[in-house]
Amino acid sequence: MSDNMLELLLKSLGETCYMVLIAIVLATLIGLPLGVILTVTRKDHIMPNALIHDVLGAIVNATRSTPFIILMVAIIPFTRMIVGSSIGTTAAIVPLTITAAPFIARVIESSLLEVDRGVIEAAQSMGASPFQIIRKVMLPESLHSIVLGITLALIALIGASAMAGALGGGGLGDLAIRYGYQRFQMDVMIATVIVLIVMVQGVQSIGNALSRKLNKNKLS
Amino acid sequence: MKCCRGRLFTRWRRVFLFAVTVHAAWFRQWEGKPGRFFRERQVCFGERTGWRAVFGAGMLHEWRREGNTMIKLVDVEKTYYSKAGDIEALKKTNIEVREGEIFGIIGLSGAGKSTLIRCINMLEVPTGGKVFVDGEELTSMNEAQLRKARQNIGMIFQHFNLLASRTVYDNVAFPLEIQGMPREQISRRVAELLDMVQLKERADYYPSQLSGGQKQRVGIARALASNPKVLLSDEATSALDPQTTKSILQLLRDINKRLNLTIVMITHQMEVVKEICDRVAVIENGLIIEEGSVYKVFTEPQKETTKEFVKTVNDIKIPPIIDTASMKQAYFPGSRLLVNLTFLDSGDAEEGKEKSAGADQPLVSAIIKKFGVDVNILSGKVDYLKDMPYGTLLVELIGDEKSIAESVRYAKDAGVKVEVIGYVG
Repeated sequence: MSDNMLELLLKSLGETCYMVLIAIVLATLIGLPLGVILTVTRKDHIMPNALIHDVLGAIVNATRSTPFIILMVAIIPFTRMIVGSSIGTTAAIVPLTITAAPFIARVIESSLLEVDRGVIEAAQSMGASPFQIIRKVMLPESLHSIVLGITLALIALIGASAMAGALGGGGLGDLAIRYGYQRFQMDVMIATVIVLIVMVQGVQSIGNALSRKLNKNKLS
Repeated sequence: MKCCRGRLFTRWRRVFLFAVTVHAAWFRQWEGKPGRFFRERQVCFGERTGWRAVFGAGMLHEWRREGNTMIKLVDVEKTYYSKAGDIEALKKTNIEVREGEIFGIIGLSGAGKSTLIRCINMLEVPTGGKVFVDGEELTSMNEAQLRKARQNIGMIFQHFNLLASRTVYDNVAFPLEIQGMPREQISRRVAELLDMVQLKERADYYPSQLSGGQKQRVGIARALASNPKVLLSDEATSALDPQTTKSILQLLRDINKRLNLTIVMITHQMEVVKEICDRVAVIENGLIIEEGSVYKVFTEPQKETTKEFVKTVNDIKIPPIIDTASMKQAYFPGSRLLVNLTFLDSGDAEEGKEKSAGADQPLVSAIIKKFGVDVNILSGKVDYLKDMPYGTLLVELIGDEKSIAESVRYAKDAGVKVEVIGYVG
């Protein structure tokens, strides 16, 4: 593998990191409130509201059931409106965010539902408002679980970013397809896959460690 | 003149001595419970305290019964509506809890006691009726008013419900944070509370590093953080071992005395009621079936369920040497009568019950002398209902039919609770 190739690999790695990291931050910003609303509006939760819950749930499900490659193409006008262009690494962030946000919303919803009802009840008995319960009870109590969920979403995004090449987004996946697959450069293919494996491993390990540190349930 | 003055002096001295004796006798019942003494006085005489209140002593009995009402439930109902059929968890319930008392609600699981206690702080919104706490009607409040009112009602739980992500300190600080108390003030108050529950050294521990008893202590400190007037206890000792249960109950009792805190506790353990409650209500199928002072409910249970509960802590064990299989309810020659005698404290009998014979009467020897029966003591023990002692004796009366019957009547007349078990050969 030539120096040229190594340079290409590093550039792709940079592009992947750029796309995925910005997308995960934006997706969390959108997904967190969504997840909270999906949770608290449940029938027996602190702010039951069937209408909001059902409508949001339907939107989240619809977005999640659309294959990423189709979603990416379908929202091109929207991407162009936001980024000003529908081609390039930055443009790829938009569909990545939109595909990850509902995923994160669901992951956060399930984390928040793990919070013991009794603890929420205790906060209610002290006169806490729903907003205080969300901010001071539900989120801190489930933070370790939310971190694991976001790690999961991050890894899913790394996978999805491979398709960003379709929008000229670049990244490791794009590199593997263009050089490794289409030009039969086996070494590039292997190198890319190894980099991806290491990346995913690293993300998972960091996520696990962080979650363990935040989890105060099993101290001795 | 001289002699006259002497006589006068003697007479006055007698009056004085009599007054001293009366007061001393009256004071004796308050011995060792000065907290309760003043509390009772305050309850009875409103703003009048000290000596002015003491002059009202004669009315003590009447007035104490009417102490300020802290919690009042009027026709409270809770029905869960569902397609499968409506469930009436709570039928028209009326309860009054007085300020400063420990009120127990006992029932089997599913009886509706959890629903009942949750109606008091509106964690369960009743489908009918009114709830008053400290003179305010909770059932007519909006959300914001209700949240404010809840700060006046602490609650502790069976599974403690502490925030796992917060340290002991931060858990106790939590209700104060919610109320927006400044940081320095919080730290002072939390230190005070942790001192009270003896967990000062554990301030930086997380709940998962504590034992069950310690967790409940944190729960109690947290519930008391905002100086509530009422503490609701939802099976607070049910997840603890007997030893820890005792210490938690002791703590609750101390707090009740020290802060004049009104405590409502639901439980399925008669042991708990016996240990600390002043009054108790028995709930079954969403209905209060019996209510009264613990003493009364304990010694004269009316309903079957109540009797079962009482039995769990007060079961008479007939020694195996007694042949109970051949027991008859009527006298037959050569038989002995098995009776269980309960001696109640002769001190203040509540709820209009006449003073009962206490351990101050030599009942057993009186029976032996008067009626010529023999009394064989099989077992006996002295127990306490909260602070009140009561003794039980399981005895055999040996003699002829008439003298046994007379002995039983004599004991009953003396105020001893006599439970006739049967004649054995």
